[in-house]
Order: sequence, then C-alpha cells, then structure tokens
Amino acid sequence: MFEILKELDWSPLYISLKTGIAATGVCFLLGLFAAEKVMRLTPVWRAIVDGVLTLPLVLPPTAAGFFLLLLFSKRRPLGIFLFERFDLKVVQTWLGCMIAATVIAFPLMYRNARAAFEQVDVNLIYAGRTLGMSEFQIFYRVVLPAARPGIISGTILTFARALGEYGATSMLAGNIPGKTGTVAQKIAMVIQDGDYANAGIWVMIVLLIAFAAVFFMNLAGETGIKRRKYW
Amino acid sequence: MALCIDIERKLEDFAIELHIDTDCRRIGILGASGSGKSMTLKMIAGIERPARGIIQADGQVLFDSSKGVNLRPQKRSVGYLFQNYALFPAMTVEQNIGAGLRGKKEDMRKRTGEMIERFGLTGLEKRFPGELSGGQQQRTALARIMAYEPKVILLDEPYAALDMFLRDRLQQELLDMLKGYEGTVILVSHNRDEIYRFSEYLLVMERGKIKASGKSSDIFAKPGNITAARLTGCKNISKVRVLDRHHMEAVDFGLMLHTQREIPAGTEAIGFRAHEFVPVWGRRQENCLKVQIESLAELPFEKQYYLRAENGGGQEKREPVCWFVQKDRWRELEEKGIPDYLKFKEEAILFLDSMMSGL
Repeated sequence: MFEILKELDWSPLYISLKTGIAATGVCFLLGLFAAEKVMRLTPVWRAIVDGVLTLPLVLPPTAAGFFLLLLFSKRRPLGIFLFERFDLKVVQTWLGCMIAATVIAFPLMYRNARAAFEQVDVNLIYAGRTLGMSEFQIFYRVVLPAARPGIISGTILTFARALGEYGATSMLAGNIPGKTGTVAQKIAMVIQDGDYANAGIWVMIVLLIAFAAVFFMNLAGETGIKRRKYW
Repeated sequence: MALCIDIERKLEDFAIELHIDTDCRRIGILGASGSGKSMTLKMIAGIERPARGIIQADGQVLFDSSKGVNLRPQKRSVGYLFQNYALFPAMTVEQNIGAGLRGKKEDMRKRTGEMIERFGLTGLEKRFPGELSGGQQQRTALARIMAYEPKVILLDEPYAALDMFLRDRLQQELLDMLKGYEGTVILVSHNRDEIYRFSEYLLVMERGKIKASGKSSDIFAKPGNITAARLTGCKNISKVRVLDRHHMEAVDFGLMLHTQREIPAGTEAIGFRAHEFVPVWGRRQENCLKVQIESLAELPFEKQYYLRAENGGGQEKREPVCWFVQKDRWRELEEKGIPDYLKFKEEAILFLDSMMSGL
C-alpha cells in the first residue's frame, strides 16, 4: 500500500483539481450571467434558451464530446481560427479538459442559480428600484445574497461534476499522462490494466476531495443571514 | 395638482380605467381584493406600465404615453411600502435604510442615523429583518423610504398581515410618523376603518374603475352607489321601486317607505347602516319593518342581529337584515325584549343609484 503511494504519480490529481477549479470558476460566472439574463426573457424565449443551455446535462457526455470535437478540431473553422489567431490548441490539450468539464458542468450551475433567482421575492427587486438602486446594485446587493443558498449548492455540484468529468474529456482532450490525464481517466485506465489497488487509491482520493468540498461549502452556506430551521 | 392620473390598462378579466385628479395629500383607495388597487400603485411607482395615459405627481410627469415619457422607477421619487415590507434579508436595519442613498459616505451615515432615531429603531441597527417584530419591520421599511425623501409614498395594505391588536396600534403609529411628511401619500386597503382614519380624499374602486370619489367623510355619509355603500360598510341594501317623490317600495325588505326628503331622480336602491335602526315596541309606526330574529352574533361590545323581514321581496336568496346594537343600549333590550319593529330613521336612508355587480 505505502509502496504504491510512494511511487505514485500525482499528476492526475493536479490536473483534475486544476480542471475542476477553473471549470467551476467559469461556470459560476457564466451560469449566474445566463440565469440572470434568462429571467428577463419572455416565456417562449425562456423555454428555448433554457432548453439549449440544459442540453449538456441530458445528453450523453460522449455526444457532447462529439460536438466539441466538431467545433474545436484543427480542421474546422473555429479550431483553425483559434490556432492561427491566438495559437490556442483545444484538442488533446489541458484547455480541452477545461472546456469539456465546463460545458458538461455548466447546466448544474445555471439551473441552480435560476431556481434560486426564481425563489427571490420580486417585491425585493421592485423595492430596490423604487429606492433608486441601479439594476446592478439590486442584483449584486439584493438578489445574490437572497439567492445564496441555491447558488452555493449549485457551485458544489458544478465542482463535483467538473472534477469527475470523463466522457467528453476523453474525447476532446484524450488521456495524455501529465497533460490531460485526469483522475477519472486514470481510474478507467488502471482498471483496464487490472490494477485494482491503484484504482482503489485514486477512488479514495476523489471520494475524499468530493466529500470535503461538499462539507465545507455546506458549512459556508450555514453562516450568515438568518438562522434557518430544519424539519 | 398633487396627483393627476388618467390611465388605462387591460388585466386578465377586466380593464383598469382610472381618472384621478386631486390636490389632497392623503389619498385613500378603498376596494375589495382583486379590484386593481395594487396594480394602480404599481403603475404609479413605475413597476408596471399602463397601456396608455398620463401620470403626474407634484407637477412632474412620470408617465405620458402620448409623449413617450416613461420614467424608470429609480427616477420617479415614489416610495412604495410593500405589504410584506420587502426588507432586504441579507442587510441589517442600518444597511436597509441606507440602501437607496447616494453621495458621500459620511452624509449617508448621518442620514441613516437620523432615521434610526426618528423611527425608534435605536439599538436595532445591527439586526437583520428576520430578527425584528412586525412593528419594527414596518418602521424599518418606512424609515428606508423616508430616508431618501420621495415626493409620493404608496402604502399597499400595510396592515393586512398583522393581528388586530397590532393593527390598531400600528395604524396610529403610521399616522404619527407621516404627520411631518409634506408629500403625497396614497393608502390602498379593503378595510374601511383604516381608510377612514387615514385619508382626506377617498376613491372607491371596483373592477378597475372608480365608483366614487371625494372627501372621505362625504363618501361615508353619502356613498351614492351600491359599490361605495358596500365597501364603506353598509350592510342593508335593497332595490327600490320609486312611486312618487316621497314614496318608494324597498323591494328586498317588502316595505313601503315615506320620506320627507325628495327622492333623487335615478334612485334605484337604498342603503341603511346596521346601527341606525330604531327599535319600536308596541304599535307600528311609519317606515317600520316587522322582523324575526334569524341569528345573533354576540361580540364584546356589540350584538349583531340577523333578521328576516316579514314580507321581504319575492327573491329566492334573501339577504338577512342586519341590526347592530352597541353595548349602551343592551339594557333597554333586556328590559323590553326583542322589539316588534325596526324603524328606518329617515335621515339615515342612503339613496343609491345604478345597480352594479354584487347585487
């Protein structure tokens, strides 16, 4: 056991954490932004946009990976553009890991944020307006704090999902050790090799991280505003 | 003009069409739930948009569809006290009051401090709204509005959520707090006592239309139509058949009435307030109704008799006649028993025109 740990290559952990944190950051901002915008749409547009934004959640990750490959392949317009203009490669790179995780985890952030916004008493927004607060002030100082519990749980789920992303990542970024080899892919690989001890270690590691993330973010959600009661 | 409104807007099952024009600064809007009162306030505040028309307050145009003017709520200087107060849950009392203020930090702090003192919130500055009592919440909400000195304050059923005891106290408190305020205040309520206590100018609203408007005391004394009579608390209303200038038949009571006053043209109904009846024992007098008790509700300071008129109209569903007796007259009733007749005091008969929905 300790022998294995001593010789363990920790790179999958770093790559997964880096991917998870970066993807969560992007999802957090984009998700809040999208949820806020969608709330202001008319019902029909809301249904359409909401459907599109939620797709990655209901599609098999490999299908999402397929679309991402089509989009970012260096033989396709966007891929060519990114490469020639910004020298950015997505396929088979860490950037691909990040993009795949972001796309797959995004709906969790977006949907939770939207549900949280919907719970916010509209009178609070109206009150803010009649008090002369700007729309940004209202969003930042009134809506966000009131929606905090939902936003926090959305962030937790997003992080957990991004951390464990497998299907789309393996298609877009591949499993290049030390570069795009995430923990999820490492586990799949060592199991294919029949190395159950190694797989077990990695499973324990992700388990710990996932639990710790949920635990601490729950705690963070408890402090502040009002003492909540439970059933 | 303190307030000049002329707006239209379609709602789901009726349309709001309002014309209000008054110099009074304490305006009450009385209407049943769902009569479009809150929507009216929201249009004045700029939260909802009228289909067309004009809204003017203190000489400033807030909305004018013909000129394409529609000020944002932020620019209207209209304070809105919501039914649930809409205090920001994540902000302390202090932060709530300062939320709408602009300018130097120091001035803002000073202004907030003034408001906290004036509204008796000292010691509660750091509390969150969830930790305040109903009365404290209302004071905080009002302080928040007054802090930025709006020209108009809208009160949307401010007591609806409170219990009776608190309600009476807070009504008085609110009146006191608004005493020094020079702007226009509009109170919306379905409670006639609240409205009467508060307003100088009264509008009675039903299904989006104004059914009566004028000085509050005038409207309570002379509601003029059935809706206004109902909403100002008149319990007994009957259709009438006018026979000549001084005689009419109150169809629902099955009674001929003779009046000294001339019956106004267009009178279609009469109203009679439940506490105005004069009990008569023994011989029948003019304008007397023979009644039988159907039920009795005993309140701490009032007995409410629900009576059946002897020959009340041929209709299937007959409303009982209501007679409310204050405590000081119980003695007489105990001695003489239930009266044989109830007399319509002539001067208390309300002449009402145009039968409107509800009857």
